[in-house]
Amino acid sequence: MVPLEHVLVFSALMFAIGAYGVMARRNAVLVFMAVELMLNAVAINLVAFATRLDPQHFSGVVFAIFVITVAAAELGLGLAIVLRVYRMQSSVNVDELDTLRW
Amino acid sequence: MDLGALSFYFVAAVSLVAALGVVLTRNVVYSALLLILALSLTGLIYLLLLADFLALVQILIYGGTVSVLLLFALMLTRPQDGMALNHKGWPLAALGALLLLGALVYGAVASDWSAATSVTGATAGAAPVRISMEELGLALFSTWAVPFEIASVVLLVALLGALQIARSAGSAPGPGGADGSANGGLNGMGDREGVR
Repeated sequence: MVPLEHVLVFSALMFAIGAYGVMARRNAVLVFMAVELMLNAVAINLVAFATRLDPQHFSGVVFAIFVITVAAAELGLGLAIVLRVYRMQSSVNVDELDTLRW
Repeated sequence: MDLGALSFYFVAAVSLVAALGVVLTRNVVYSALLLILALSLTGLIYLLLLADFLALVQILIYGGTVSVLLLFALMLTRPQDGMALNHKGWPLAALGALLLLGALVYGAVASDWSAATSVTGATAGAAPVRISMEELGLALFSTWAVPFEIASVVLLVALLGALQIARSAGSAPGPGGADGSANGGLNGMGDREGVR
């Protein structure tokens, strides 16, 4: 049986990798990929707590299902926006999307 | 150490290497393929954490759908060769991520989880319990029925919103279609119209 701490450390590592990707990447699609990694890390945490601390109600697993649902909706909508931006600017670099900058 | 724990560490290590590859590689397609690997291995992690249904959902949704969506998005928004994929301030981002990692790991290791009890009275030291698909289905459609329905509405709205945002004015059928295509031509977007 894997101790709870080891699962938490694993998910912390994956979350930090995702956070680095969100901050460092310029391409919007690559930023989305890093966001997926972060959401994934959170879902791992929820599942680990659900199977160990809450086996009667397993709310964490249900939460993870909702996280996956919302992640899928967010990705579909976000990539649609990325496609639209590419059609307008011929580029999806997030540092060039400064139309709203005053 | 039993086989389950060993396979957990192995899968976790491979999945972390794949995740590092996603954020470090210079080839965007490799990045997407490594993401598929990392997310599918997370499905295996769910299996080893005794959440069977979630493992299936993870592999179906991430391995099947999200990967195709991301590859299509990369194909349609092909980045020019030689363009930097990272910001100039990426060392700062790495520093921030390392600080975040330190805080998270400290919180995970320094906390006394064996003293933690849940509302149901279970302790962290107890053996993990397999969550059966039957129980999960019952809970999803009784206790969590309202959030479940709201999630379905969220998916529907996201689908319609994505359709509305992604279709260009030029390809919209009905009134205003001719107007839109004239605009598209003026903006020099005509060459990409065929891509969709």
